[in-house]
Amino acid sequence: MSGTLRFFSQRRSLRRLSFYFALSALLCLALADIEISAPDPGRELRLMLAGLFSPRIADLTQWLDATLTTVAFALQGVTLAAALGLVLSAFYQRPWARRLAAGLRSVHEVFWALIFIQVFGFTALTGVLAITLPFCGTIAKVFGEQLEEIDQRPASAVSPGRGGISHFCYTRLPLALHAMRNYTAYRMECAIRSSVVLGFIGLPTIGFHLETALRTGEYSAASALLLTVLALVYSLRFWFRTRWLLVLVPTAFIARPVAAEWHGANLMRFLWECVPAPLRQDWPLEKTQRWLGWLGEQVLAGTWNTVLLAQVALVLTALFALLASPLNSSHFVSGWARRAGDGVLLVLRSLPEYLLNFIFLIVLGPSMLPAALAMTLHNGAIIGHLLGRHSDEMPAPPVPAGPLGRFAYFYVPTLYQRFLAYCFYRWEIIIRETAVLGVLGIPTLGFYIDSAFQFMRFDVAILLIGVNAALILAADWLSRRLRRQFLLAPPLARPALQVESAAYRRPLPGA
Amino acid sequence: MTIAIELRDCDLSYPAPHTDQPEQLALHIGHLAIREGDHIALLGRSGSGKSTLLRHLRSQLPYAASWCPQESSLVPQLKAFHNIYAGGLDRYSGLANLKTLFLPSAGRKAEIGEIATALGIDELLWRKTDELSGGQQQRVAVARALYQRKPLLLADEPVSALDRQQGEQVLTHLLGQHTTAVVALHHADLGLRTCNRVIGLKDRQIQFDTPVDQLHEDALRRLYQ
Repeated sequence: MSGTLRFFSQRRSLRRLSFYFALSALLCLALADIEISAPDPGRELRLMLAGLFSPRIADLTQWLDATLTTVAFALQGVTLAAALGLVLSAFYQRPWARRLAAGLRSVHEVFWALIFIQVFGFTALTGVLAITLPFCGTIAKVFGEQLEEIDQRPASAVSPGRGGISHFCYTRLPLALHAMRNYTAYRMECAIRSSVVLGFIGLPTIGFHLETALRTGEYSAASALLLTVLALVYSLRFWFRTRWLLVLVPTAFIARPVAAEWHGANLMRFLWECVPAPLRQDWPLEKTQRWLGWLGEQVLAGTWNTVLLAQVALVLTALFALLASPLNSSHFVSGWARRAGDGVLLVLRSLPEYLLNFIFLIVLGPSMLPAALAMTLHNGAIIGHLLGRHSDEMPAPPVPAGPLGRFAYFYVPTLYQRFLAYCFYRWEIIIRETAVLGVLGIPTLGFYIDSAFQFMRFDVAILLIGVNAALILAADWLSRRLRRQFLLAPPLARPALQVESAAYRRPLPGA
Repeated sequence: MTIAIELRDCDLSYPAPHTDQPEQLALHIGHLAIREGDHIALLGRSGSGKSTLLRHLRSQLPYAASWCPQESSLVPQLKAFHNIYAGGLDRYSGLANLKTLFLPSAGRKAEIGEIATALGIDELLWRKTDELSGGQQQRVAVARALYQRKPLLLADEPVSALDRQQGEQVLTHLLGQHTTAVVALHHADLGLRTCNRVIGLKDRQIQFDTPVDQLHEDALRRLYQ
């Protein structure tokens, strides 16, 4: 019951906070370009549904190759990221390690891929590096926090000082290993999604064929690929186990070597072209000023649209999460109904925002609406699932009431702090994704970054990626401050530690 | 006789639970000299500053003293063997330590087996420590302290979870392996039987500090009043 009490004692500030967020989202909604521009959305939707229920694999070898590539990129990327992230997390008390991790994860895997494609082409090296680098940043952060949460007494019983690598392996790592393994399984799920998304920008994963199928209206083929993605995510629980990985990881590295043909000269030219044009070509002042103005316009427009859309998506996500979470709560549904409800959430969270956005773009036509919907469904399903599961720990409501009364007077107030913690935590992620969805044509930062790459203006692309990274770091900082100021209970300060794989959950020993 | 460590005019405080809170005075020490060969029983009611004094002594001699903390503080995921081995990490190279985690050498097994046999836990070496009882865990912690192989021992109620007879056995063995020792004890009689010097703490000061054979029963009674 302490949750309820805490809510009422802080009701004012939390309510005001939520109110301001909702108000800003309404303002953004008024300014955002939200319309259905497709001539006949109903017809397209019917065609899609018909396709969904008649999945067909057109070319079996192609399908198999794309599936294996998708899994190989994800597995290799996560293995490398976990290894590097573990090393980095051991130094997480040091400022340089924190900064390196933050920098790596502030650039989205799609942007990393767009950079590496210039040097290494559409190769395995590009795909694996694009997953490894940002994932390494995230994993280092979460592993680092997990190491801070463990019992510190064994370490201090053995050594009065910090201790070296041996002490780390004997007195700290074993205590965090279980949590680390679970989190790595969750990252593997994310890596499969990322691997699919990388196909949309040209790497040979499932996403590549999915994009073609959706673009040409072959919805039966698209359906087969979509179901493959779901099956991959769902099947993780069966094969993402230490025992299997001892065989699978070496196999993946041998069967699909992480390699690319590249030339030093190519790399040097790319790096040279990343130097801002005015410096590189020694432009006169007036031309430089015009260039800066042109760049500034892109930065302003891109940032403005990114923030606008992210704010709308955040509040819609929050609403959807609250309303959908009873689907996975023992207070509202049980047995088969709950399994089905959680199944819906699981399917929604298994599909990457990028893919959902692409589908909605076809149905609804270009505007910010598809992106807002895609992010709402994906992120809302993740938060909703977690909230529902937390509600299992709550006692039955003290006063008997109907479902609506229970929801409004008991369920929401008790879970509200946790709910806000998750929303703030997803905020950074939503901004990351909003920027990337620009690649699909919404004028967020990703749109300008993608155009810069298309016109081979690498200097502009790198500058804009930097702006985007700064925006994400700012959101991360703000979300941490808000969490610290409004959410007092310590476990709520680190919601990332609570997130686990949709398909992979093992109880803690002794729990 | 050589002095191992000497404290003069020392104010020791409880560790503050939060950094913003003022520290509380736990113990004032006018003068305390620990000589080599001393086996000191540290007596006093709970909260009298025994742990604080031990922690301070440890901070003065960080790498010269074997340390046996009050809670066993074992790593539950590791086997008893590796928890004991962790006491000797500093003696071996990082690579050797990593290898021992997976493939302990016969030499290490023999060394630790010998320590374990003396404590009656040789059967438990290959079990994870969260499967052990409180008394068994405490003996693993004692073994870990022994494996640190330092001449000086600082131990905080190292046998509190063992029965009287076993406790005395383990403590005698532990003291026998160290030239000098400071051991906080809950039961005064155990200290009187195993140590050669006794220090009583009360009212934030040292009440008495004498060889065991010169201790008056009155002084002991007053300590616990």
